[in-house]
Amino acid sequence: MNAADIPVLSIMLAIPVVAAAICLFVRAELARIIALSATLLNLVLGVVLWLYYDPAGAQWQFTESFNVFGPIGWRLGIDGISLTLIMLSVFLMPICIGASWTSIQKRVGEYMAAFLLMETLMIGVFAAQDLLLFYIFFEAGLIPMYLIIGIWGGQDRIYASYKFFLYTLLGSLVMLIAMLWMIQFAGTADIPTLLNTDFPAEAQKWLWFAFFASFAVKMPMWPVHTWLPDAHVQAPTAGSVILAGVLLKMGGYGFLRFSLPMFPEASADFIPLVFGLSMVAVVYTSLVALVQQDMKKLIAYSSVAHMAIVTVGLFTFNQQGIEGAIIVMLSHGLVSGALFLCVGVIYDRLHTREISRYGGLSVNMPKYALLFMLFTMASVGLPGTSGFVGEFLSLSGAYKVSTWATFIATTGIILGAGYMLYLYRRIAFGPQVNADAAAMSDVNGREMWLLAPIGVVVLWMGVYPETFLAPIRRDVATIVARIERAAPVGDSKLKLVDPTTARYRVVHGPEKNVAEGSH
Amino acid sequence: MELNASLSLVRPEVILSFSALGLLLVAAWREQAGRLISILSVTALGAAAAFVINFMMNGTNSSAFDGLLVNDAFGNFSKILIFIAAAISLMIAPRFLENAGAMRAEYPVLILLSCVGMGVMVSATDLISLYIGLELQSLSAYVLASFVRSDGRSAEAGLKYFVLGALASGMLLFGASLVYGFAGSTSFAAIGTAMDTEVGLGLIFGIVFILSGLAFKISAAPFHMWTPDVYEGAPTPVTAFFASAPKVAAIALTIRIVLEAFGSQILVWQQIIIAVALMSIIIGAVGAIGQQNLKRLMAYSSINNVGFILIGLATGTEQGISAMLVYLVIYVAMTLGSFVCLMQLKDKDGGYREEFADISGLSKTRPALAAALAIFMFSLAGIPPLFGFWGKLVVFNAAVAAGLLPLAVIGITASVIGAFYYLKVVKVMYFDDAADVIVESDDKVLIWTGGVLAAANSPLGYFAIPALGIWTAYAARALF
Repeated sequence: MNAADIPVLSIMLAIPVVAAAICLFVRAELARIIALSATLLNLVLGVVLWLYYDPAGAQWQFTESFNVFGPIGWRLGIDGISLTLIMLSVFLMPICIGASWTSIQKRVGEYMAAFLLMETLMIGVFAAQDLLLFYIFFEAGLIPMYLIIGIWGGQDRIYASYKFFLYTLLGSLVMLIAMLWMIQFAGTADIPTLLNTDFPAEAQKWLWFAFFASFAVKMPMWPVHTWLPDAHVQAPTAGSVILAGVLLKMGGYGFLRFSLPMFPEASADFIPLVFGLSMVAVVYTSLVALVQQDMKKLIAYSSVAHMAIVTVGLFTFNQQGIEGAIIVMLSHGLVSGALFLCVGVIYDRLHTREISRYGGLSVNMPKYALLFMLFTMASVGLPGTSGFVGEFLSLSGAYKVSTWATFIATTGIILGAGYMLYLYRRIAFGPQVNADAAAMSDVNGREMWLLAPIGVVVLWMGVYPETFLAPIRRDVATIVARIERAAPVGDSKLKLVDPTTARYRVVHGPEKNVAEGSH
Repeated sequence: MELNASLSLVRPEVILSFSALGLLLVAAWREQAGRLISILSVTALGAAAAFVINFMMNGTNSSAFDGLLVNDAFGNFSKILIFIAAAISLMIAPRFLENAGAMRAEYPVLILLSCVGMGVMVSATDLISLYIGLELQSLSAYVLASFVRSDGRSAEAGLKYFVLGALASGMLLFGASLVYGFAGSTSFAAIGTAMDTEVGLGLIFGIVFILSGLAFKISAAPFHMWTPDVYEGAPTPVTAFFASAPKVAAIALTIRIVLEAFGSQILVWQQIIIAVALMSIIIGAVGAIGQQNLKRLMAYSSINNVGFILIGLATGTEQGISAMLVYLVIYVAMTLGSFVCLMQLKDKDGGYREEFADISGLSKTRPALAAALAIFMFSLAGIPPLFGFWGKLVVFNAAVAAGLLPLAVIGITASVIGAFYYLKVVKVMYFDDAADVIVESDDKVLIWTGGVLAAANSPLGYFAIPALGIWTAYAARALF
């Protein structure tokens, strides 16, 4: 049990970097194998991390601290929230490499290197315990993604890559200034210390806005979401998977790690703003998704709608809402990743993303239609799939705060069913109008290996979500305890408080909630 | 005895002066001695640097020649940086100038003389010695700009540089005479004492003129107009030199005069510096967008970077000066590296290419060169994890610490505009179809310097942060 002495996180960060360096110098076949082995190795390490993580142990586990970079501390460590997101990243990476196995034929070594670097940066974002280190990982992700979209992307890849880069850069630079201010105020860049620093209420507002500028773009929230459809449509399949699967989660993670616990008062003050933007996003982007002709664009807009449910859940200030938001993030990471892979499967055969070029695929591609159905249902939020658990929890959390916001956000689920089922009908059912689409072969072994594991996890999360809730419950309770002093008064008149969540309260007892509910 | 003591404090400059004069004699007797003299010049720079390092280690801090010069940690730090930049400019030049048929012995000699001037600039504590150092540096630079006589652009660059440089020197002198008239002394310390009590209109005029003249020398907006033309016209190794060593010297000079002579009245000059910094950042960023020539692009990039550096000066704090020095070190590495890459852009016939169209799809035909240039571009844009990010970070950190939040926010937001054109270079190299005009470079020196500088700008550079922090803080403390 000396796993705690080994710097697992640093090793997980180092493996992809070393593999990336090797990939640059070897020929294509070897680069693919190296990339796959490196990502699988990291997946194994991720599982080790999960097994040795103690949900009842210290808040920060697997901590490491080296001072080799002067003011930038190489401090790593994870709590349950980081753990689940790191697991998501290392789980999706081998699938991304597999998805690019045959579809990427030019400059394979560089492609694999870019993806491996991406993996390091994603893990780094979730594991960093130093504000500046976090920023470096957060921002550095722009470079490999810029190259992935720009080199291996579709027709308008250059426009999309610029838009992606400059949009997100502008957002995060303002955050950097806020971070510098915080470091000077608190005298340290250590995130666990900053989490318990009380910033003056007036300063909190400015800091909150600076962080919001960055995370809202990354998330993305309406109206700064416009880079996402472009980036998704132009990126190669695996790029879309990683973008939807993990990069979007960085925004949610940022809200959860920084905005809420560091600026509770400001967060409470801006709930109307966040809820307002989220409500618009849910309805507007769902309607936009409904009329899309391009499969990837449709899924991209659905991502914005799902992320809006995440923001609603996060800013509920209560256990269910935040837990739900995290589960939506994980679920969306898996489901939208899988949906992009599904698009990739037929795109590889017909080289078009236009919905009307397909039709009746359930006839000639039954296995594909089954898998696609599973992920469609998970995206809709059918009970038994991961989507349901997360959406239900976040919306029930939101109900305690604002019934109206919940009402509007719930229409997103109905609209979601609308656009996803409509998409599925047009692709899989109906007459086989196009001969070339009708002649497509069913999913092969490789594609099965990519989609089936995601399907298993989606069902697992839907049937027995406790596996995924257990590691995060205590950490969410810590955040809730920290922000409870600023928690908003809800407009729903709750009579009862869920005893299972009250058990984890650290500071305040359940009485306060009853009092709040009786307003 | 007094003279001997003073002379021993300026040993580096003495060594360089005598080397320059001696090498000039060698050049007179041996026709094709360009390479030999270059090597000897680098040795002379190394010897001079050894003395500077010795002063730095001993913590020397004493003035020479009755207060005309000072030998302190700040000046010594700048000198080391200047000598290194000059040595690199000497090492990368021979092949290029031989190709252009201009590898004459005067090139290293002029660089040495310029270094003497720069050594005087960074240690000057009197308006007179300041001007002498500045002119020695500038006159060498005018000649260097037009070094390839057969090239019309080079001659034009030299002439433009000379005429506009003379104008700037005139402004500087006019300002100096006003300051002398109203403060009653040319010594920085005496001016500082005179300004302690009150600052009259005449003195303010003097300060404005001095700062305008200096803004010209560091190519800060709105006195930047000469930069693109000169950078484009001058031979590339000379441009690399202009963008590095003289810039360090002029910025160090600006820091010293602002803090030692005008330091007591921060309100008088702070707004000027802030305005100049923001204008440089924005003009440097916007001006670069439409450029087709890579050397012109680098000229605007240097204007942009000077703006970021001046943010540190605007704070007027020890932390700010230390941040400026960190940025300068990184800037020298970035900019020299970029020029080293540009010098490798050679086509089949041995001609040098410097247009955007020529590097189209470079990553397919010359992956290593393209990767190095991409590292420099991302580093200049200040994107982590490249080392250029650290320079921007410390400067903005100093601004935030000094309470200049609006300046920091505007400056950092404007850097997004800058990122746009740096990205364009990467886009052309990586996303566009291969033009395939650039052949493999046969110049080992360029390949190695480019590689070393690229490694320094990569995340590996972060290992230098602690040492860099200690040395720059030590140098900055000398001014307070």
